Amino acid sequence: MDFKIRTMADCMAEGTTPDVLFWVGCAGSFDDRAKKITKAIAKILHHTNTSFAILGSEESCTGDPAKRAGNEFLFQMMAMQNISVLNAYEVKKIVTGCPHCFNTLKNEYPELGGNYEVIHHTQLIQELLNTGKLKIEGGEFKGKKITFHDPCYLGRGNGEYEAPRQLIQALDAELVEMKRCKTNGLCCGAGGAQMFKEAEKGTKEINVERMEDALAVKPSVIATGCPFCNTMMTDGVKHFEQEHTIAVKDIAELIAEAVDL
Amino acid sequence: MISQIIFALLLVVSGFFIFKRYQFVKGNILLGQKGPETDRKGERLKTMILVAFGQGKMFSRPFVALMHLIIYIGFVVINIELIEIIVDGLTGEHRSFVGFRGYYRLLINLFEVLAGLVIIACVVFLIRRNFGKIKRFQSAEMKTWPKRDANIILITEILLMKAFLIMNAADSILTVRSATPARVPSFWVSQISQPFLKPLSTGALEGLSHFCWWFHIVGILGFIVYLSYSKHLHILLAFPTTYFSKLQSPGSLSNDKAVTNEVKLMLDPNAIVEPVEFTRFGVKDVSDMKRTQLLSAYSCTECGRCTSACPANQTGKLLSPRKVMMDVRDRMEEIGNAKAANKGVWIEDGKSLIRDYISEEEVWACTTCNACTDACPININPMEVLVDLRRYLIMEESKSPDSITSMFNNVENNGAPWAMSAMNRADWTNE
Ligand code: SF4
Ligand code: SF4
Repeated sequence: MDFKIRTMADCMAEGTTPDVLFWVGCAGSFDDRAKKITKAIAKILHHTNTSFAILGSEESCTGDPAKRAGNEFLFQMMAMQNISVLNAYEVKKIVTGCPHCFNTLKNEYPELGGNYEVIHHTQLIQELLNTGKLKIEGGEFKGKKITFHDPCYLGRGNGEYEAPRQLIQALDAELVEMKRCKTNGLCCGAGGAQMFKEAEKGTKEINVERMEDALAVKPSVIATGCPFCNTMMTDGVKHFEQEHTIAVKDIAELIAEAVDL
Repeated sequence: MISQIIFALLLVVSGFFIFKRYQFVKGNILLGQKGPETDRKGERLKTMILVAFGQGKMFSRPFVALMHLIIYIGFVVINIELIEIIVDGLTGEHRSFVGFRGYYRLLINLFEVLAGLVIIACVVFLIRRNFGKIKRFQSAEMKTWPKRDANIILITEILLMKAFLIMNAADSILTVRSATPARVPSFWVSQISQPFLKPLSTGALEGLSHFCWWFHIVGILGFIVYLSYSKHLHILLAFPTTYFSKLQSPGSLSNDKAVTNEVKLMLDPNAIVEPVEFTRFGVKDVSDMKRTQLLSAYSCTECGRCTSACPANQTGKLLSPRKVMMDVRDRMEEIGNAKAANKGVWIEDGKSLIRDYISEEEVWACTTCNACTDACPININPMEVLVDLRRYLIMEESKSPDSITSMFNNVENNGAPWAMSAMNRADWTNE
């Protein structure tokens, strides 16, 4: 990165308090593909002069995959550790790069003592756009067909369908909807800790089923807002050998490209 | 006089069966654990009115929703007629309320219109269900009894409505022939069948009217008793089920309080914790579930909207969220019956919801995508049941697919689901 990204510890040492904590998440920290999304989010935050910091090595898994796989112990242990870190830094507002972190921090942490304003990165970018801090010019995506795959934990789980769509429209692109979208959106197959295991025996992989929905609307870009959906959709595109015609991108990447960051 | 006695007896007997069934179902639901769903009464009431009474979630499929609404309104409204039938039956009169003249005519006309619409809707449903090639009606769990159940109800409903209409038509003709003290005019819908009945003799018409009257009342009483044994319990239970349904964000899962206490004590041995009732972690059998969950299993309509939205089911996995709810109900019935056969005492039968009803394969196929709950017209939540079963498998039996176990180990040791070190978390900032 060509600018410095501060950690909460850096800020503390400087005596400053950032407005928002960027919760990167495990995929965003370690997965090579997802890191690109993380960088795009960081660039947008930097470009819009948003005062933010990350936790760096003090961040841990939120416990979402453990909880959804039934390991409530492990989840609550992770949650309480994270909460004690977050509370020690007196964090007020968190933006996440992943709908799973978003859902867990927002809905499951409060009862355990972690009360923060938690938003998903598409919501933050929408806010930046609506307040004029972010201007999208150029028109790299003008007229391109983009379809949005709703991540379960952003859409059905938390009712956010509009922020990502508004951003796609801001790109001057043509937003095309798959036959199953919004509340009826089909899962990519990664949630509930499926990402970390083989699928049960069946007739088809879920991401292949989902890719058929996407192929039917002939998009040039499949946009998502989740690093796990991104992996599943990318695999789906490869399954149909469409990687030269269809790109799978996070909304943050599309915005960063459009603004030429 | 004899017929009055028979009628009164019928009422008492069906009342007895309904009461027994009510006790049985209640007992089964009480097998479960008390839940905390007594808060936020206003929001709960609102949910109930919108989802159960207003059938708000049905309208994602407008045609079916309309048909269903007709049957529902028909059921509620036409049953007002039951009041007259009961009065007639007990007094030995026929059409006791005919003296209300104008009002009576209007009401019966209204009932007739509804009855006609109900017949149309039921026929449509019968055709759709049996010849419609609708995938969610063909699944494995819909083969024997559940399929028959749906058909029995639809056919009975048609016959009951028919009986009501034929009785009216016969009475109208008898009135013209001045052969009945209960003088009624021609009604809007039943007049259609008058030409078919006119050739009959007065005696035959009297017999027919009588027969229809008895058929109608016996049918309705039988219907109500039968209803309490079938998926049609949802007519009543949809109300409490939606009332108690989850108000939190649909994506959230509850935090197990017993676990919270243990974790708190682990982090700080001097922590002060609120004690909670505890049997075991997660759900092994129906008695570990919340009462509201058991209630919801009894109100499941077996419509299969959950299953047809389920990504696992759509891709050929064994999991069907509808079957999950049906399994919960079947297991409750099994326990309830065993208890009843043994003077109310439960002897462990060595079986449980997990494995004997719901296999591990089904439990692990769920992506927790929440499509099932979203699709359910009465807010039933099969996903939570599946996660609760996982909780049992993990926290009581330490049983999980190998790759899940290593994910747990990674989360515990490295703070990430992969074998990556926390020290490298911010590496991307330097790339
Ligand atoms: S939450 Fe689980 S059971 Fe429900 S629809 Fe999704 S995968 Fe199927
Ligand atoms: S759980 Fe709900 S959606 Fe599924 S079959 Fe039962 S009533 Fe229908």
